[in-house]
This record gives sequence, C-alpha cells and structure tokens, in this order.
Amino acid sequence: MSAQHIVARRPGFMERERLQDFFDVFRLLGYRTLGPVVEEETIQWREVDTIDALPTGVQARQGAGEYRLEEQSENRLFAWNHGPQAIKPLLFSAEETLWHERLMADGQVDIKQTLPEVKPTAIFGVRACDLAALALQDRHFLSQQNPDPHYKARREALFLIGIDCAFSAATCFCTSTGDGPSLGEGFDIGMAELDDGYLVWGGSAKGGEIIDRLSLEPATEAQLNSMIQETDRAAAQQHRFLPGETELKQLYDKLNHGHWDEIGERCLSCGNCTAVCPTCFCYSTGYQRTLDGQSADMKRQWDSCFSQTHSSMGQFMLRRETALRYRQWLTHKLAGWQEQFGRSGCVGCGRCITWCPVGIDLTQAVSALLDGRLADV
Amino acid sequence: MFDPHLPHSAVIDRRVQESPGIFSLRLQHVDTKLQDIFEFQPGQFNMLSLFGVGEVPISIVSDPDDSHFFDHTIRVVGRVTEALSRLQPGDRVGIRGPFGRGWPMAQAEGQDVVVVTGGLGCAPLVSVIRYLLRRRDRFGDIHIMQGVKHEDDLIWRRQYEAWSREHGVNVQLAADMPGKAWPWQQGLVTELINTLDLNLEKTVSMLCGPELMMLAAIAQLRDMGLVDQQIWLSMERNMQCGFGQCGCCQVGPKFVCKDGPVFCYSEVADFLGAKGF
Repeated sequence: MSAQHIVARRPGFMERERLQDFFDVFRLLGYRTLGPVVEEETIQWREVDTIDALPTGVQARQGAGEYRLEEQSENRLFAWNHGPQAIKPLLFSAEETLWHERLMADGQVDIKQTLPEVKPTAIFGVRACDLAALALQDRHFLSQQNPDPHYKARREALFLIGIDCAFSAATCFCTSTGDGPSLGEGFDIGMAELDDGYLVWGGSAKGGEIIDRLSLEPATEAQLNSMIQETDRAAAQQHRFLPGETELKQLYDKLNHGHWDEIGERCLSCGNCTAVCPTCFCYSTGYQRTLDGQSADMKRQWDSCFSQTHSSMGQFMLRRETALRYRQWLTHKLAGWQEQFGRSGCVGCGRCITWCPVGIDLTQAVSALLDGRLADV
Repeated sequence: MFDPHLPHSAVIDRRVQESPGIFSLRLQHVDTKLQDIFEFQPGQFNMLSLFGVGEVPISIVSDPDDSHFFDHTIRVVGRVTEALSRLQPGDRVGIRGPFGRGWPMAQAEGQDVVVVTGGLGCAPLVSVIRYLLRRRDRFGDIHIMQGVKHEDDLIWRRQYEAWSREHGVNVQLAADMPGKAWPWQQGLVTELINTLDLNLEKTVSMLCGPELMMLAAIAQLRDMGLVDQQIWLSMERNMQCGFGQCGCCQVGPKFVCKDGPVFCYSEVADFLGAKGF
C-alpha cells in the first residue's frame, strides 16, 4: 500500500463492539443491510441487523475445487476471504422479468415494462476484488448508449462498506491483477480490521457524512502501521499469479494449442466458473407463459459460454466441443475484455478455481498456454 | 429512462409469400410518434417478438426513406419464424430496434459496388441493392453476384431479372446444381467474381451468406486486388439482446449485434472461419 493511499484514508478508530453503530445508523437511514453470514457451509450475503450475525472467528480455506470454513483464533469478523458470490447477483439478477405481456379482450397484446422494486441497500464487508469486478460490470451494464434500467435501479440504491483483506486464500491472486488486497476505490466507507477493532474512513461524500456522525478518534501511528502490515501479509500469502495484460493478449495467438484439448478432457462444462465469476455477464432470454395462456413474462437468465445454447444458431452449434467453450471463456475473459472494456475481465478473486468441481485452475492454464509449462503451485 | 429491453407493438400492413419457405412482412409501429422517429440504415436489424413464443433478430429490407412502413423478409427456420409465418395483416408483433451497424453507404458514394450473396443469405443485401437503385446517379456500376446451391433456392427471381435490365447493373447468377431451365451459370459464386473487371481505385464490395462462401469470395476479391477496407460483410450469431449486452453473439472481442452485424473484413479477419468463433 502506498503512502499516498494511507494519507487519503485518514481513518478513525472504532472498537469492535461499536461496529453495531453502523447497523443502527443504516436502519435509521432506511437501508436494509446485507452482510456476510455462514450459510450452507459458505459465506453468503444475507440481511443482517446485528454484529452477532457476522461470522466470528471463521476463515475460509480454499483450493482448487475446495472450500472449507475453519476456525480462526483471533475471533475476527472478516478473516474469511470470500464466499461463492461477489456483488453480481445483487445487481444482475440470476433470473428476472424484462417485460410482461397480456392478451387483451380484442385479441391484441398489451406490453408492460417491469422494473425491480428496490430498497436502499448497504452491503457490509465488500472486498477489493469485488469492487473492481463491480466497476467492470458497471462499465458493461451502464454503457452510455444503452444503460440497463434493471441494473441501474439496483446500482443506484447501493451503499458499499468495503474492507481490506488481511488474509489471502490459496486461490487469491489479486496482487497480480492489481485489484487488491487493499481497497482501491468504489466504496462509500472503507474499513480495515485490526486485532482490537477497526480503522474506518469515508470513500464517498455520503460515506464521509456517516463517518463524521460517529465522531471517532483519529487512528494512531501504530494503528496505521498495523493496517499496512495486515494487507502486506495478505499480499505475501499469494502465490498464484496471472501475467500482465500485454502477455494475456497473446492467448489469441494460441488458439490451436494442444492444452485446450487437455482441459477439455477434464472440464465438465458445468458453468460453475461463469456463475461465480464476478464479471461474467452473459445471459439468454425466453418467454415464460402462464398456464391459462393469457399472459407471458420475458425472462432473462444468466447464461454461460459453457452452455449448449450459448453458441447455437438454429440447428448449428459453433462450440460443440468443451475445449472450444473453455477457450471461448478464457480468451474472452483475459484478452477480448481488453479491447471491449480497456482491461482484462479477471480481478484475481480465484472463485473459478475454488468452485470448479474438477479443480481447473485458470492461472495454470494461462501458464501452460503462454509459457508451455505448468505454474508451480 | 429508455429501456432497450422493451418492445413496442407494430401492426402488419401487408404479408407477401416470397417462396415456399420465405415471406415478407410490412410493418408499422402502432404508436405513430414512434413510427415518425423510426430511422435505420440498410444492414441494421430489429428484434421481432411474438407473444409467448419468442424473439428473433431480423434484418430490415425496406428503404430507409420509406417513413410509413418497414419491411422484414423472413425465412422459416425454427419455432419463432414458423409462428411469425402464420401472421396475417392486422396482427401485431413486438419490435425492438433498430440495432447494429449497417452497410458503409457513405463510403460507397461515387464507387462501383460489388454485391456478393450466397444461398438464402441475401436479405440484408437486397436492402442495399434497392437503396443503390433508388439513388442511381450517386453510385458507379453495380455488380450483383448471387450463388445458390439448387436452382429452387433462388428467391426473387423476377427481381433479379428486373435488376439486370437496369442501366449499369450487372447481374450474375450461378447455381451449383442447376436444373434444365436455368438460364444462368453453373458453378460457384467465386467463378462469377472472377469474370469481373474491377476498377480497384473505386470499388466497394459487400458480402452476405454462408461464411465459407464469404471466405472464398474474400480470397477471390483480394487476389483481384481489393484491399481489406474495400471488403464488407454481414455476420450472423446467436443474439438475445441486440445491443451488446447478453454476450452470446461475440466473435473474438466483437459483439456482432453492436459492432456489426456489418463488419469491415479487417475487423474480423482473425476470427472469420476459425473453428469455435
């Protein structure tokens, strides 16, 4: 973390118990508050209104095709890295209605716009990689020509409380993509967890107002040093990496590399990687009719370049082989995105590695494709 | 806020059966204000939806100066186009669009235009041919090269005959498997292109059809001396949204629906014909 970074933060100190103040303030301001909760043996975003609901002393051990929650001795609330989902499903719904149609008495069809009902929502404990992914999804769904009204409505209602990562999972590689482990930008309130409490600072005007209300003591020199040490430790724990963006563009020169077929042999084409990827944005649409045939909703659902329909045109499928689907995913994510959005579509969260049922590791795949060897993991 | 997902009702004014499997619909927005501001370029497309059945991208074939109506020529290839084929005048469809980038009509001003079509993929270029003919003095010679597999695959046969009688229009048709009454060439569209005497300084070529046909035609045109910037083509992929959001139509880093469907050859040269793209 650079000195400039720290100067910009000017954090105040907050004891761990006082964290409840945040929940109370957001309730007063009319927000619903989402926070990390242990559910189904993972960390998931759920509505929480007390600090007690947070995962105390829990760490997430992650590996290729592996996710286990374990106890952590210091009783921290944010020692876990992340669960299967970033912010994506909260803005880009896994399924939603785009419009509603109804047959009228005269036989004509009435078409109605359907927009989501949104409540102001504060999300507690967002990671740097998730914020980087959010910025990318914003670029896609809030494009100047055709901003998505569904995404936009939810996005504008969002208040984000980010937190520095003090630990890295074995699958994390955000240092090599430049997206973590310390918070960069895109949050309203930033936090860093220390042994005895939190350093907190405003990241936006509305975040700053809330921090001012809390009248906190400025952080001491020792606390600032601890804050730096925490993220330095997290960075040092990372041993996976991706090469730079110029190198990643060369994936398009490797379309006939034999390694695609090797991965194609292992890959189940299940689409878990695209479902947990915080930047994947593909979807398909289709009508859902009511049983009486009088009305129909046009639904959009997350799709995946691993699905059969994604590359289908009528009877013809462009990517029948799994190897081609994996190649589509990896080349698009790491090279195609650069032309489309000005940077690679990978933020180094490592979720695609963790949640792959057969443990395919994109950092290894890239290494094998570009250097002709497997990364030493 | 404008919602690019939301369709608007359009009513069918006229329906024409072009051939056993191909029909045209002349449409008009029910909302007259929408019809008044509805503008498009040859090569752009609309998303057509039918209540409870589905939604499909279809190229617009009418002239952009026809402000009262817009036309779609549709081939029955699946469930949605089958259902659309049963509609009659007075029935309604949902319309979103127009979407995409059309043909380089501004670049073509003052130039000879070579139109190459194959199979049944000619609808996106029929709009171009009509556009050129209605503004005849603004363009040079027009070469229309159409290849089909079977003789019966040629729709708009009378139209091709009519075009061939126009001044400065060279119509060449080839069938891979012609019948006895086929008055034109036997063979491939590339053999037709080979007969052209191109003015390399002032020619634009526009291609539409099966990608293997287009690849062969492009190789031929480049051999004859055209540079990549003079070669344009229209592509087709799975399109769910029409405006570069759903991701299904991507070819390498290009969104076919938004960056295309009409591309300059140089933009897609790396991926055209590459397996899996």
